[in-house]
Amino acid sequence: MYSKKVVDRFSNPKNSGEMKDADAIGEEGNPRCGDVMKIYLKVENEKIIDVKFQTYGCIAAIACSDALCELAKGKTITEAKKIKSQDILNELGKLPPIKIHCSILGMEALQNVIKNYETKKAKNN
Amino acid sequence: MKTYLDSGASTKVDPKILEKMKPYFTQKYGNASSGHSWGQEAKHAMEDARETIAKSIRAKPEEIIFTSGGTESNNFALKSTAFTNREKGNHIITTKIDHDCVLHSCKWLEKQGFKITYLNVDENGFVKTDELQNAITKKTILFSAIHGNNEIGTIQNLKELTKISHEHDVYFHTDACQSYTKTKLDVKEQDLDMATINAHKLNGPKGVGALYIKTGTEIDAWQHGGGHERGMRSSTENIHGIVGFGEAVRIAMKPEHVERMTKLRDNLIKGVLEIPNVELNGPTGNKRLCNNTNFCFQGIEGEALGGYLDLKEIASSTGSACSSHTLEPSHVITAIGRTPEQANSSVRITLSRFTTQEEINYLLQELPGIVTKLRRISPLSKVVDYVLKKSS
Repeated sequence: MYSKKVVDRFSNPKNSGEMKDADAIGEEGNPRCGDVMKIYLKVENEKIIDVKFQTYGCIAAIACSDALCELAKGKTITEAKKIKSQDILNELGKLPPIKIHCSILGMEALQNVIKNYETKKAKNN
Repeated sequence: MKTYLDSGASTKVDPKILEKMKPYFTQKYGNASSGHSWGQEAKHAMEDARETIAKSIRAKPEEIIFTSGGTESNNFALKSTAFTNREKGNHIITTKIDHDCVLHSCKWLEKQGFKITYLNVDENGFVKTDELQNAITKKTILFSAIHGNNEIGTIQNLKELTKISHEHDVYFHTDACQSYTKTKLDVKEQDLDMATINAHKLNGPKGVGALYIKTGTEIDAWQHGGGHERGMRSSTENIHGIVGFGEAVRIAMKPEHVERMTKLRDNLIKGVLEIPNVELNGPTGNKRLCNNTNFCFQGIEGEALGGYLDLKEIASSTGSACSSHTLEPSHVITAIGRTPEQANSSVRITLSRFTTQEEINYLLQELPGIVTKLRRISPLSKVVDYVLKKSS
């Protein structure tokens, strides 16, 4: 059902866990639908230096979260905003059609955390 | 260690049963409708199996109609009873925890103009008899209720349900796919009009089942053709499958299997409930199928837990929204009053007569670590802890 890349990311996520000193936190999804993604960002000079996730969700949701973190890490905020669900899918090889929504959720979770970061920054300025 | 704990989905064919089936592929391959010796040998084997199965539920052999499995038998019972009795009425009752093949047959019947009532169940999955009483109208023709629930193992009190049905002249059908040979199914004592059974849940082959139809029940054939099964279900009989079914029943009826599975099930439940924030879905004791367990692991999505178990070569199944065909949380687990979140966090672990204590031990050894790992990466686990503390 799942590609090797998906199973590898699911079984050994490199970017999972809580980030205590995050600069921004964003959450997307609903446990009723089976997926909640929480993304933590650490930003320095407008560059994402660390990303972590906590996800309640299926194999695909966890794999998408981990791939998303990998994609966003090292990018500037402006670059990270451009990450699309297709980029997450490309990172994972492929997903069963019924699980494509997990990659969209990933993209939305990232956009959400960036929005929170920018709102916080605007307030501080 | 390869550990198959999804026997509620299907079981391995017992090698002894396979041996009995083998000659009917390459040597005794006649069509049971043929008059020659090949045909008669096939027919004889089929009638032997029919007798074994009939005897196991105290039915007459002619009351057993072989089908392609549980789904076909349930479709047959529901749809054909509906159309055969439509002069009498257009109302059918079932439960919210019946299998999809019953519920989707009912949805289809609604499109054909029938009215369906879907009964609620209590927090352990038992039909509320007062609700059944209230649901029956003069137009009710059939009540169909699952005997042993496939997800949460609840065993309905059939005698009570048939009594109410028959007081109002309503036919009673039960889907006994999960319960057959695992708890009493006695068409006389339980006064059943129809019962669906199959082979692959009891270490027999896939693709064969039966519908028990009590003599005198008003139900026409649903599948038409050459007049097999006394005209009730046309199609060349699946002789090797039927032989396997008969043998599976003969072996499964030995009471020691149920005793063994019950003991293993209770050891499993005890072990899993030692993990914090885990709840059992469904009843305990002899009102639960001897081979069924189902747990809600708070803060963890069921498919993810099943995925980690699979990496350890342990097979389980999930009632979660993320199960392969649909994105809806289990209709059974939500029907017993759990939230969609809890349903999405539920995992079913089911045994067969081949399951060993070593396999249970292996599961219990691997499970706590997986739960901890998944809770660590779950954004919900803290919320769950908080809610629990607040309510206790």
